[in-house]
Amino acid sequence: MARYGMVIDTKKCVGCMDCVVACKTENNVPEGHNRDWIVTVVNGKFPSVNLEIQSQRCNHCDNTPCVACCPTGASHIHEVGNVVLVEHNMCIGCKACLAACPYDARFINPEGYADKCTFCIHRVEKGELPACVSVCPTHCMYFGDLDDPNSEVSKLISSRKNHQLIPEAGTSPRIFYLT
Amino acid sequence: MQELTTTRHNPQIDPFTHVWGWEIPVYLFLGGLVAGMMIISGYFLFSKRYKENNCACYTLPIISLILLSLGMFSLFLDLEHKLFVWRLYTTFKIASPMSWGAWILILVYPIIITNLLMGPPAYIVNRFPQLNKITTYINTRPRLIQNIGIGNMLLGGMLGVYTGVLLSTMGSRPLWNTSILWVLFLVSGLSTAAAFVHMIAKNISERELLAKADNGFLIIELFVIVLMLVGLATSSQVQIQAVQLLVGGPYTAPFWVFVVGMGIIIPLIIQLLAVNHKIKHTPIAPIMVIVGGLILRFVIVAAGQFSHYINAHFH
Repeated sequence: MARYGMVIDTKKCVGCMDCVVACKTENNVPEGHNRDWIVTVVNGKFPSVNLEIQSQRCNHCDNTPCVACCPTGASHIHEVGNVVLVEHNMCIGCKACLAACPYDARFINPEGYADKCTFCIHRVEKGELPACVSVCPTHCMYFGDLDDPNSEVSKLISSRKNHQLIPEAGTSPRIFYLT
Repeated sequence: MQELTTTRHNPQIDPFTHVWGWEIPVYLFLGGLVAGMMIISGYFLFSKRYKENNCACYTLPIISLILLSLGMFSLFLDLEHKLFVWRLYTTFKIASPMSWGAWILILVYPIIITNLLMGPPAYIVNRFPQLNKITTYINTRPRLIQNIGIGNMLLGGMLGVYTGVLLSTMGSRPLWNTSILWVLFLVSGLSTAAAFVHMIAKNISERELLAKADNGFLIIELFVIVLMLVGLATSSQVQIQAVQLLVGGPYTAPFWVFVVGMGIIIPLIIQLLAVNHKIKHTPIAPIMVIVGGLILRFVIVAAGQFSHYINAHFH
């Protein structure tokens, strides 16, 4: 079974927010809410500064605190690619998963259920790429199976210096940032 | 220097997490209070104190039922997808404390009702006279009463523990992620319940006993708070920063003034004087303990949501 993940090359990302717009359009994300967003990290002191632009979203972790804490099973791991999803009709809106996510990647949809990035599973199941990956003008985003050593994402992770977000939280996030 | 800029501005999430407002602290407080009352009532049944005049074990069940139902209503108000609340009872998720809690609450009601049926209030018996048969059945079986007592203590303990575990399993919130939190919430539940019974008890020896017990619970609570703070302060970077919210940070004043000062130390002094017959028993100390218990939940729930991994990166 595949284990989908994402690799984002921060050397190529210019923070244009095309991924954000594509996600909102593709998934009808309600106004004032975001499933993905841009974070700019500046390190150091002028003139010795380092800038890293990160396109962030749900990390579809291997160790999922959001799924563990869900009292109804609405938050679950999908059989295709181990993607973390929310079944809207099972969610009671208790917000435990929002509190449990160290990335704050979830929000409450105005209709009442917990909402988040799905890795565009509806597109992936048809053989397409997630909307954010497909529109990226600098081709800084890569999507694929982390368990396949020949996949583009696996090769990039093994060949390029990279980091995950908050690995110390113990969630084993599946989005890797090339630096 | 490290500077972070984000384009995200999701409601309840940014600039810092605040997904749980007043409803959850109220629910956790009432759950803890009822848990404490169940343990106290269960102890009275188990130790055969129910034979004494005006035993609180006859009045506590109806109060517990009302307060627990209010707590559950408060929890219901917090839900964002209210019409789907029944989904809690279509499954049991072993890894989810909230699922455990939902089912524990279902088990708690029958045991409180059984306790209530030992001596239901007159207005209930007048309306349902057939209840007299059950009351007689229970009251002619002392072993059954003791077992009801054990059931009350066990389920009360589970309810009290669960209110703390609900928060402490959240690894993403460093302030909550301490395994001593359930002890704090259980002892706080016991101290608020002892204060409540102390306030309403008609039996003088019971009032004395509960005042003494409450002093014990308050002293233990004080130790647990110190141990929790020491535990966090000697842990990882995020937990050191989390404890600073209570020691020097934005939640310091409410925590030390209202929870520790007015909720534990001052009522403890008043009640120590009262049990040593230096001053009379008044409702002042119990009310301070109860309000302190409520504010403890508010502070822990709010500060816990504020504590975060990402903030630790950008200290």
